[in-house]
Amino acid sequence: MNILSLFVVIPLLVMLLLFVSSDRRYVRTVVTTGFSAVLLLAGALVVMFLRERSVSDEAMLFVKDTVWYPALNIHYTVGVDGISVAMIALSAVIAFTGIFSSWNMERNYFLWYSMLAIGVFGFFISIDMFAMFMFYEIALIPMFLLIGVWGTGPKEFAAMKLTLMLMAGSAFLLTGILAIYFTSGATTMNILEIARNGIPLGKQYWIFPITFVGFGVLGALFPFHTWSPDGHASAPTAVSMLHAGVLMKLGGYGCFRVAIFLMPQAAEELSWIFLILTGISVVYGALGAIAQTDLKYINAYSSVSHCGLVLFAILMLNRTAMTGAVLQMLSHGLMTALFFSLIGVIYGRTHTRDIREMGGLMKVMPFAAVCYVIAGFASLGLPGLSGFVAETTIFVGSFQHADLLRRILTIAAASSIVITAVYILRAVGKFLYGPVQNPAHLQLTDAAWYEKLSAVALIICIATIGLWPSGVSTLISDSLAPILEQLNLL
Amino acid sequence: MDFSNFLVMRQEIGVIALFVILLIYDIFAAETKAMRYFRPLACILTGAATLLGFLFPGHEAEAFGGMYVTTPVTMLMKNILMLGTFTVFLQAGEWLRKGDVLIREGEFYTITLSTLLGMFLMISAGNFMLLYIGIETASLPAACLAAYNKYKEKSAEAGAKYVLMATLASGVMMFGLSYLYGATGSMYFDDMVPALAVQPMTVLGFVFFFSGLAFKISLVPFHFWAPDVYEGSPTATTAYLSVVSKGAACFVLLITLHHVFGAMTDIWYPMMWVISVLTIIVGNLFAIRQKDIKRFFAYSSVSQAGYIMLGVMQDSPAGLTATIYYVLVYLFSNMAAFGVITAVENATYRTDIAAFDGLSKSNPRLALMMMIALFSLGGIPPLAGFFSKFFIFASAAEAGDYVLVFIALINTVVSLYYYLLIVKAMYINQAADDAVGRIRTDRYNMTSLILCTAGTLITGIASCVYGYIGSVGF
Repeated sequence: MNILSLFVVIPLLVMLLLFVSSDRRYVRTVVTTGFSAVLLLAGALVVMFLRERSVSDEAMLFVKDTVWYPALNIHYTVGVDGISVAMIALSAVIAFTGIFSSWNMERNYFLWYSMLAIGVFGFFISIDMFAMFMFYEIALIPMFLLIGVWGTGPKEFAAMKLTLMLMAGSAFLLTGILAIYFTSGATTMNILEIARNGIPLGKQYWIFPITFVGFGVLGALFPFHTWSPDGHASAPTAVSMLHAGVLMKLGGYGCFRVAIFLMPQAAEELSWIFLILTGISVVYGALGAIAQTDLKYINAYSSVSHCGLVLFAILMLNRTAMTGAVLQMLSHGLMTALFFSLIGVIYGRTHTRDIREMGGLMKVMPFAAVCYVIAGFASLGLPGLSGFVAETTIFVGSFQHADLLRRILTIAAASSIVITAVYILRAVGKFLYGPVQNPAHLQLTDAAWYEKLSAVALIICIATIGLWPSGVSTLISDSLAPILEQLNLL
Repeated sequence: MDFSNFLVMRQEIGVIALFVILLIYDIFAAETKAMRYFRPLACILTGAATLLGFLFPGHEAEAFGGMYVTTPVTMLMKNILMLGTFTVFLQAGEWLRKGDVLIREGEFYTITLSTLLGMFLMISAGNFMLLYIGIETASLPAACLAAYNKYKEKSAEAGAKYVLMATLASGVMMFGLSYLYGATGSMYFDDMVPALAVQPMTVLGFVFFFSGLAFKISLVPFHFWAPDVYEGSPTATTAYLSVVSKGAACFVLLITLHHVFGAMTDIWYPMMWVISVLTIIVGNLFAIRQKDIKRFFAYSSVSQAGYIMLGVMQDSPAGLTATIYYVLVYLFSNMAAFGVITAVENATYRTDIAAFDGLSKSNPRLALMMMIALFSLGGIPPLAGFFSKFFIFASAAEAGDYVLVFIALINTVVSLYYYLLIVKAMYINQAADDAVGRIRTDRYNMTSLILCTAGTLITGIASCVYGYIGSVGF
């Protein structure tokens, strides 16, 4: 079997095995084994990809094409380039650490968790639009149950809002995909073939916006981002991690891989509209975070801001900015997962997420607190951590454009770094330092071993990207070539 | 005399044979111990007939001078309807063993088979006269089925409503047919095609004819009977009406629109466009507010009919295949849902949505099957409903009608909302104190549930089903 299909098959096997028994030890063994296997596989994929890449100059590697619905030219086609490999590695890390952050959950939870993983991995390995869309929707639906059943707060409302908004996004998307397929005159839904065929410019003007919005909903594009704060705040820990860390990247990746890659001319001409919207996402998200006192809401708004920056960078349509976008996807995925995992640790003990009701937690649970500070530093762009390289690359790339609008927007977006520092430092100062607000908090224990494992693994990844960004840019450099070629920039 | 004519009609003959066997058995076995074997007999024979139908596809032929036409496609359609009837029979038994309907147990099967015969004739008609007779044969016994729980007021009301609306609809249809006959001078499809020009009289005739069928499919604005009848009828009848009866009428519309009224495409395409959009929207919006699961499914099936119309409208191989495929998938998903409703109703005597609160705790398997069915109806991958919706949309997009596709897609979000409400009741809501514990449903119903759930899970991923339908079509 193709190595890529294994990424879907292993979570599927985990799902099937989970049906066997609901014994807690058994469930833990199955999911840990399964997702460790996925993590190892992702590591192997990175190595194999780099080796294969040095000898091949195909756009996609490890391609395997299986005809699925011959009558409609639907294939199940898998293949990866550097960006997909990076995304798969990110997903594998977060799915793996998510297990440890939800160590005490029951069988059914992991059932849907695995299904979410199937959708995520399936999306990143597919290069056929039908399969891509199918996996995209597979990733959306388990969220309803994960949030609705195991969430906190107004969970039913949040679950419904999130599911319906994302499904509405996919309604745009499916219209776009069908239009792309039929107007390109391609004989398959393979994106490479459609890119070769091209789409008539007149059609691009309406297909590009709906496709971009379709994916943009998931990427927290203003004004379609409102599902994110509610959804992430109500979701259980590991689901917030996976959703903010990986699922929101599906949006950015999709915009990049489908909307811009297939419709480059419209992307160039219409990008200013979406640049303004994403610029608003970036600044508004950051300002929104300042106003919040709930840790999860702070982080959810911060995700809107950071994911907005991903779309912002992609729309700049040049090599540097796009490299920055991929770095930002990785960086944000890891650090937001770390944030949510630590919030889970804190909330699990204090039973509050309101920063006004906590204080001095640094004394009570030093490990969790230090990790939170590290995540905060990554978020506000401290050199040496991943956020710095990502944001610097994005703003350097964005500023390369000479026109006024893009320059202004870049400066506006760059202001979000300052705002980020405000809300991160304010939160940290409020609930980690100072006197202990609630005497009951003095009895609390620090993170357990599984929670520590999760946090340490994520911090290692964040530091690796921060200290060695060239590794990532080597991995993805080749994959930008086809898209830049489409944009006539090469 | 040449008997080969009769062999051409072997599916109809099969249904008649089944009908006669069950009727005679019922007469002689009534109120004796032998009645115990009636239900297995009925289910096994129907199942065998379904299987034989799928195993031996026929070829194109006609009988009675073109009055009766059969093609591989119509035979496939009939097989699908037969499959639907089979699952209805599997689900009906438990209810038929309860209370006052017990003494009329056998009649349910025979009456259902006689409506099925009418539907078969509708599909195979090559002449509007036969089509009309088929519709009447299918409608009147269906009213009996609706009124089967005759001591329940709602059931009697449902029967009365159905029979009044059905006769009105067929009267209107007959009136339309008379115009068409007047304009073309023939009732035979093949003779009418060349003579059918777009002129006020034929357009009027078509509209009346369409109204009659639209009643059966419960398209807006001919859907008003559906919620009341669905709610009042016994659950087995509701399932039958919402799947088999609706499917048959969709098939007839599919055949006649393109075969007979092909010259009038410019007239009916915009008309159907508006009707399908309205059907989807009205069905969806009204479904949201329902408190009774059967009324809920009435509106859900109204909106599903709207989606089917998207495929029916397309004069392309993709449209034909997608429509038949959609009906098949809809059959599996809806029947699975009705299997669960039957099980819950038999155990609790309740059909309100609140009866499903906390079902996942007390009956995880039933809840899981219900959820799969609902997600399939809502079009969630990897279930078959996703594929059937995708193909329907693809067939409309192929014709370039992106606006229609987009409206329909936005509506799938609305439909997902109310399907999720049931999922929420089962998985998130807490059970009331008086909720029943573990529901034990009988083996027959379990068979139908497993059959339908397996169909929902496999039909989409295994592309051979779609390939098979496509290959039969051409």
